[in-house]
Amino acid sequence: MSLFILIFILLVGGLLAWFSERFDADLPKRITFISLLMCWLPLIPLFHTMQFDTESLEKSQWLINESYDWISIFNIKAHLALDGLSFLLIVLTLLMALVALSSAWHEIKKRTGFFYLNLLWTIAGVLGVFLAIDLFLFFVFWEVMLVPMYFLISIWGHENRHYAAIKFFIFTQAGGLLMLLSLCGLVGVHYQQTGLLTFDYTVLMQHPITGDFAFWIALGFTIAFLVKLPALPFHSWLPDAHTQAPTAASVILAAVLLKTGGYGIIRFVLPLFPEASVLLAPFMMLIGVIGIIYGAMMAFIQTDLKRLVAYSSVSHMGFVLLGCFAFNIYALQGAVMQMLAHGISTSALFFLVGMIQHRYHTRDLNKLGGLWIKLPKLSAFGLFFGIASLGMPGLGNFVAEFLILVGSFNQYPILTVIAASGLILAAVYSLLLIYKTFFGKINSPQDSKISDTNTKEWFTLTAMCFILIYLGLHPQPIFDLVPIKLMNIAFISSSMGVSL
Amino acid sequence: MTDYSSLLSLIPMLPLLSAVILLFSNPSRLWVSILAVGSITSVALISLFLNYVYWQQTDFILKASLGSWIDIAQLSIGFGLYLDALSLVMITIISGVGALIHLYSTGFMYQDNSFKRYFTYLNLFVSAMLFLVLADNLLLLYLGWEGVGLCSYLLIGFWYQDSSNNFAANKAFLMTRIGDTAMAIGLFLLFTHLGTLDIQEIQAKAHTVWSLSDNTIASLCCLLLLGGAVGKSAQFPLQNWLPDAMAGPTPVSALIHAATMVTAGIYLIARNSQLFQLAPDVLYIVALIGTFTLLLGASAAMVQSDLKRILAYSTISQLGYMFLALGVGASASAVFHLMTHAFFKALLFLSAGALIYSLHHEHNIFKMGGLFKKLPVVAVSFAIGCSALASLPFTSGFFSKELILEQVIASNHIALWWVAVLGAFITAFYSARLFFVVFLGQTQLSPNNNPTKAMSMTLTILCIFALFGGIQPTGLTTLMPPLSSVNLTFLQHWLPIILPFIAISVAWWMFKTNRFGKTQHSTFKDIHQFLKSGWAFDSIYNVIFIIPFKYLCQLNKHDAIDLFYRLIEKISSVLHNIFSKFQNGQLRSYNASLVIFCILAFTWFISGELIR
Amino acid sequence: MIPISWILFLSLSLFSIGIFGVLARRNLLFILISLELMLNAVVILFIAGSRYHSVPVANSDGQIMYLLVLTLAASEIAVGLSLVIHMYRQHHHLDIDKLNKLRD
Repeated sequence: MSLFILIFILLVGGLLAWFSERFDADLPKRITFISLLMCWLPLIPLFHTMQFDTESLEKSQWLINESYDWISIFNIKAHLALDGLSFLLIVLTLLMALVALSSAWHEIKKRTGFFYLNLLWTIAGVLGVFLAIDLFLFFVFWEVMLVPMYFLISIWGHENRHYAAIKFFIFTQAGGLLMLLSLCGLVGVHYQQTGLLTFDYTVLMQHPITGDFAFWIALGFTIAFLVKLPALPFHSWLPDAHTQAPTAASVILAAVLLKTGGYGIIRFVLPLFPEASVLLAPFMMLIGVIGIIYGAMMAFIQTDLKRLVAYSSVSHMGFVLLGCFAFNIYALQGAVMQMLAHGISTSALFFLVGMIQHRYHTRDLNKLGGLWIKLPKLSAFGLFFGIASLGMPGLGNFVAEFLILVGSFNQYPILTVIAASGLILAAVYSLLLIYKTFFGKINSPQDSKISDTNTKEWFTLTAMCFILIYLGLHPQPIFDLVPIKLMNIAFISSSMGVSL
Repeated sequence: MTDYSSLLSLIPMLPLLSAVILLFSNPSRLWVSILAVGSITSVALISLFLNYVYWQQTDFILKASLGSWIDIAQLSIGFGLYLDALSLVMITIISGVGALIHLYSTGFMYQDNSFKRYFTYLNLFVSAMLFLVLADNLLLLYLGWEGVGLCSYLLIGFWYQDSSNNFAANKAFLMTRIGDTAMAIGLFLLFTHLGTLDIQEIQAKAHTVWSLSDNTIASLCCLLLLGGAVGKSAQFPLQNWLPDAMAGPTPVSALIHAATMVTAGIYLIARNSQLFQLAPDVLYIVALIGTFTLLLGASAAMVQSDLKRILAYSTISQLGYMFLALGVGASASAVFHLMTHAFFKALLFLSAGALIYSLHHEHNIFKMGGLFKKLPVVAVSFAIGCSALASLPFTSGFFSKELILEQVIASNHIALWWVAVLGAFITAFYSARLFFVVFLGQTQLSPNNNPTKAMSMTLTILCIFALFGGIQPTGLTTLMPPLSSVNLTFLQHWLPIILPFIAISVAWWMFKTNRFGKTQHSTFKDIHQFLKSGWAFDSIYNVIFIIPFKYLCQLNKHDAIDLFYRLIEKISSVLHNIFSKFQNGQLRSYNASLVIFCILAFTWFISGELIR
Repeated sequence: MIPISWILFLSLSLFSIGIFGVLARRNLLFILISLELMLNAVVILFIAGSRYHSVPVANSDGQIMYLLVLTLAASEIAVGLSLVIHMYRQHHHLDIDKLNKLRD
């Protein structure tokens, strides 16, 4: 019951926050804070009982498994389950929700109740996505996480918010539609081939479907997740959505929503369609590499600070795509680590941009400059996360990128060499970001009211720094948690010793 | 035998600890100095102690481990430390010269507002460098490698309000990053084929998996590692970041860009010397790069007017000598020259710093002159440094450079030897030119203040090392290919000894006839400009890489892929406009269309009936 | 009896006059009158049809149909005329070309 409770707390908390606005304008954010803290309660026992090693996972992949009958005509169950991968992503989600709350605390002034309703319901949707094992339920939660995000961007966003919100919605909905069609196709073909009508992932995984149809269904799923990731031909919703969204929504978008794409590929595409994945792999890796380079080049030319960070996201998620389809244990562990590390470092950058925008009311790089003189602590954090973004060893992003590149080098050395040049380009745009914003002379008008980071911001950013350093220097618990062996993913072994 | 591994673990951790303490606290200048200088001095004392312990033994290994890092399938990497003769030499240099430079900096940077930030970065740098030379696996080495790159970036751009400093820092970071990426690809290749990243295991496995006849992949690995070394050690083709890196404070230039970080490349190749033995072609390329660079650096140093740029190009040139030595298989002599170079180059940079400090941040040597009597300590230090640089007999530089030249002959690369000797001539020439122009002749600028006690003390200590530090470190030859003994002809033996004196005399003549600082003839002006810009590499790279890249990015500024989606949007809005014309609110047109449709429908049905 | 074609002709001419009235007149009231005319034209046809062709035995289904149509027309006219009255009060004219607020 605990997984359902987790989601339930957020849904109810959201409704309470909405209604509490009429009593006191400050009440919604406090209710949100309390409900987010309460969400940790069902997870705390897990920290104790979970063994950070793989032997205890011999029996089953799932740490918690809950299933109830729902629509029995189609054999749809409400089946939620937690394993190491989902656990990591859920922890990331809840942490980033707290970060988003921290940034929205002083920033959102109008219609606060409705804002926190949307925020909590988006988080609830995301948690559902990470936990759902029944495919229909997965689709339901996929849709649930989109609609409140649309409202977040459209109502509290910046100058071009309506365009950005609609674009975001249509892109992800189109992907979702494709996923629905593929889902129905999958269940139908599975019924034809095995006589079992089931929407349940664990059952579907035991008899992966074969044949021509399987390829197209796999492609449908993959495209839906590629839109979310975002991979190159489908990435153009991201810069607008991230730039126009309010800071809290940007943090959630970057840290959490993008990871649902990667999670979907690892959880659904790779185990359910092994042959199709192998066929798709070269194209996906190529798209990943092009995404890395393209994202970096686009980031370099931007004049809007937030758009630059958004394009850097495209570049980093290219690494995840590369890692997922390399069919190699190193690359897959690297992809998971990249999802975590990128979540933290990019959301920290968005948090900082939000702080800068709140103080200077501009995101234009040509107008900013010399912030270190006035805001040394903020700039120091900016320097730290900029350096994390370019993949400095000792921080999480390096471990992730290194593992992905080592893994994919085994399959496609040339592609990996090109992807490695993405490291140089990452340095180019990160240094540009740092130099234009924090160094140099002060460009913007002097204003004595502008203050450096306050305690809440300092605390949030320091916590994120420590997590990133922890991921960089002691990533082993993360690697031990992901139950690679049990996830039924086929690994290709080639040349010497890099296989499973 | 007692186990000193805990002492070994302390070595890289002490500066890191002090950097972290400085980051989170805000002590007074006195306490910052005590903490920062104290941590490096303790490391220096530990390394001196270890030197004492291992003095007699030439074949020792000390290991320590600070924990495990990554452990997935075959990839098992930890924070392991490995001390042998090579790393012992390196940590002694790093901590010894580092401690002296820290002491010097307390005087040099005293007026600066960001005193604490400076020492935080500097301590972080020393810690990263120590991790680099003590790492037992290539990934930890890469961590130290990038760490020193980061600290170099932070320290070059230390005075961040001036954007030219930021450009120089960006340039340094990006060019070394290109080298680092090549090295990373080398790491992937090594792991894929040998299954391990542990340095000693690589050396052993390489010989079982590959052989001299089957060495394409080994050569590729070595070539890629060379790429990394070339970036960090400012060799051709990645050398032009170093002169611009002089924008940082002078002690930084002394520590990072003369004595330690730029030697990381040489350390990398020396450490992997057994691997490189499998690829003699790559070693030849190393030698060629070294020779080319030493000529490039020396000729460019000859015509510079900025004091620090002369020293920067001189560093590039001397690193070229070390690469040449590595390339001909005499790694021990390369490390020896590394050691003596650290002493005299640090001495030169620090004296230059004292000069700049006293003359209120004047860098142009043609605005200086006749300072011998006004700043005697600085002058003497400079004199000693320049003589070591020019390898005048019995200075430390003399022993190391002569050894390298000897080894070049021993390996039968006579053409390279001639180029190296030419380089030595030019080296002596520009050292003399530097000394004469700054310290002799007419006084133009008078010093405002004398160097502080900390600075003078450091200079004196380094003078002693520069003069008497020509003692070849023991134990190196057991690790690396042994140095061959050779019979030199009379010319080969005496030419390098006499050449510096000839060069000094030529420089003296040119100084006395006032030929420095002025160029009249137009072709000389072009050659002068070409040499001064470091053989125009900045412009070449700008044209080949930077301008096309910026152009490509600018072309795609509005995201060509997004145009496709905006096209779809445009089509749907055009269709909307067309179809909305049908809804015009005119009842009569609705009626008319209704009637017309009915007529057409009737005609259709009735004609169908009639046909039947 | 007269041939049915005469009644067809009458019905057709009344119907076309009605259509012409609906399409060509501008006043809303006249459009409604023409609409009525169209309805009545069709009803004549119904009655004629039942008179001439009712099977198996002659009955008066057409005339019953007429009563239904009449009822329908009456209720429709009641609603229509009340709308016309409101329109007139609002706009003070009943020109159908000017009453086009229901467009996009």
